[in-house]
Amino acid sequence: MSNYHQPEPFLILAIVATALLALVSLFVGVSDVSLPALLAGTAEPRAVEVFLVSRVPRTLALVLAGASMAIGGLVMQMVVRNRFVEPSTTGTSESAALGFLTVTLLAPGWPLVAKMAVSALFALGGTALFLRILKAVPLRDVLLVPLVGIMLGGVIGALTAFIAYRANLMASLLAWNMGDFSGVIRGRYELLWIGLVCCVLAYVAADRFTVAGMGKDFTTNLGLNYKRVMTLGLVIVSLVSAVVLVSVGSIPFLGLIVPNIVSLMVGDNMRRTVPWVTVGGAAMVLACDIVGRLIRFPYEIPIAVVMGVVGAAVFLYLLLRTPRHA
Amino acid sequence: MIVASNVSKSYGAACVVDGVSLQLPKGGITSIIGPNGAGKSTLLSMVSRLMAMDAGTVTVGGLDVSKAASDELARRLSILRQDNHMTARLTVRDLVSFGRYPYTKGRLTLDDKEHIERAIRYLDLAALSERFLDELSGGQRQRAFVAMVLAQDTDYVLLDEPLNSLDMKHASAMMKLMKRAATELGKTVVLVLHDINFAGWYSDYIVAMKDGRVAAQGPAAEMIQPQVLSEIYEMEIAVHELAGQRISVYYG
Repeated sequence: MSNYHQPEPFLILAIVATALLALVSLFVGVSDVSLPALLAGTAEPRAVEVFLVSRVPRTLALVLAGASMAIGGLVMQMVVRNRFVEPSTTGTSESAALGFLTVTLLAPGWPLVAKMAVSALFALGGTALFLRILKAVPLRDVLLVPLVGIMLGGVIGALTAFIAYRANLMASLLAWNMGDFSGVIRGRYELLWIGLVCCVLAYVAADRFTVAGMGKDFTTNLGLNYKRVMTLGLVIVSLVSAVVLVSVGSIPFLGLIVPNIVSLMVGDNMRRTVPWVTVGGAAMVLACDIVGRLIRFPYEIPIAVVMGVVGAAVFLYLLLRTPRHA
Repeated sequence: MIVASNVSKSYGAACVVDGVSLQLPKGGITSIIGPNGAGKSTLLSMVSRLMAMDAGTVTVGGLDVSKAASDELARRLSILRQDNHMTARLTVRDLVSFGRYPYTKGRLTLDDKEHIERAIRYLDLAALSERFLDELSGGQRQRAFVAMVLAQDTDYVLLDEPLNSLDMKHASAMMKLMKRAATELGKTVVLVLHDINFAGWYSDYIVAMKDGRVAAQGPAAEMIQPQVLSEIYEMEIAVHELAGQRISVYYG
C-alpha cells in the first residue's frame, strides 16, 4: 500500500547505473560509432545509420525485455505464492513456443502481432494447466512446485521439438529458446513495448497482487476477488513470455533471480518492488549482453548462455541460503 | 446479529457441518468450542464467505454473505484464519495498512493512518512496526494480523483460533483486547477457541459443536457445567469455582 512515502535514493542510484549501462551498450560493437562524433554531427552517415537502425533498437530491446521478463517472474511468484517460479519453471515459456510454432505452421502469413497473440494464448493455457496440476497435487515442499513446472515444461518442450523436427523447423525453435539480441534491428523489436505496458499494469495493480500473495482467505477478507487477481496476473505473465519469446527468444533465470534479490532487499510489497524489479531486470540483461558481446570480441555469445551461467550461480546461492520451510 | 439457517457442508461423503441453524447475538464475545473435527472452523469460514456452503443461508447484520458484494462485506465483517503458509515479506505497518484496503483501495487518508497507528498501539507493536513478518516470532506475527483486522474496523470480527502460538501473557492480553473491542467499540466478536477456560472466562455466549451440529449453546455460565462439557468432549470434566470464575479441570 502506498503509505509513508519515503524518497528512495538507492532506487535513483540504480536508475542512473542502469542508464550508464544502456549508454555503454549503445557504443559496444564492431562498427565505429562514437558518442562525441554523433553529438558534434561529424559522424559518417554510415555510423549514424548503424546507430539508429541497430544500436538504439538493440539497447531498447534489452531494456524492455529485461524489465518485462523480471516483472513476469515477480507477478508469477506472487500469484503462485512460491519464490522459485518464473515463466521458464512453470511451462509458460514452453507453451508460448509451442503456440508460436503452431501458428507459424498453420498460418505462416499472419502478421507477427497475431502470431504473438496466439503464442500468448498458448502460454495462458499452459500456465492454467500448471496451476490445475498444483491444485490436484497438494505439495508440502516449496521446491516441488518448480519441479512440477519444469517437468510439465519438459513434456510440452518435447512435443514442440517433435513437431519442429517433423516440420524441419528445428533451427527456428532453437532460436526461440535461446534468447539473443544480435538480430535486433529497427522494425523487429517494437512488440516489446507491450512488455512495458505489462510493467505499468503490474504497478497499477500492485496492491492487489501483494494482497493475493498473502493467500486466498486473506484476499477474500479484504473484499477482493481472488480469481480475478489471479487471472490478471496470469495474463500479464503470458503476454510478457510470448512477447519476449517472439521478439528475442526466452531468457532463462531472469524472472527468478531479480525478484528474489529485490525481495531480500526491500521486501515483497509490490508497490515498492515493481520499480526495483523493472530497473533490476533491465540492468541485469544489459550487463549480461555487454559481457556476451565483449568476451570474444568481435564475435558474440548469445545472452541466454551468459544469463544461464550467471543465473545458475545466483539461483544456487539463493536456494542454499533459503530455509526449506520458507 | 449473525443468523445461520440450515447451513451444511460436505467434503465428499463426509458431512462436516450438518444443517446448522444459529443466531449469534450482536455485541459481546461469542466463542465456538468443541472437539477436533466438530466443524467449528468450517462453520466460521462459511459465515465469513471464505468457503461456499452446500446448503443454507447466512446473514451478517442483514447482509446475505453469499449474495452481498465482497467489498461491502469487507467493511462489515473481518475474518482471520490461522494460516501456516509462508507469508510474504511485508512490514508490520504495511500489513496493518492493508486492513484499510476495503475503504481506500490503496490511497490512505489521514483518518486511515490514525486507524493504523491506533491498531499498532493496541497490539503493542510500535517497536516492531518496521520489521518484516518473516523476522517475527509466531506470536508476534499473530498479533500483527490481529492489528490488521482491528484496522479494518468492522462491526463483526471473526477469529479462528486466535490464541494459537501465543504464550499465557499474550493469550490473556489478546482476550482482554477482544473484551475491550466488544465493550468500548461495540464490536461483535466471534472466536473459535480450544481452551474452554479462556472461553468461559471471557465469553458472553458459548456455542458448542460436535459432529457438525450445535450440541449446546447458551450464556457462558450455563455452558461451563460438568455435565454439559463432559458430554461434548466425551471425558470427565470437573468445574470449580475459583476467584469468582468457573474453571474447568480436565488434566487428570
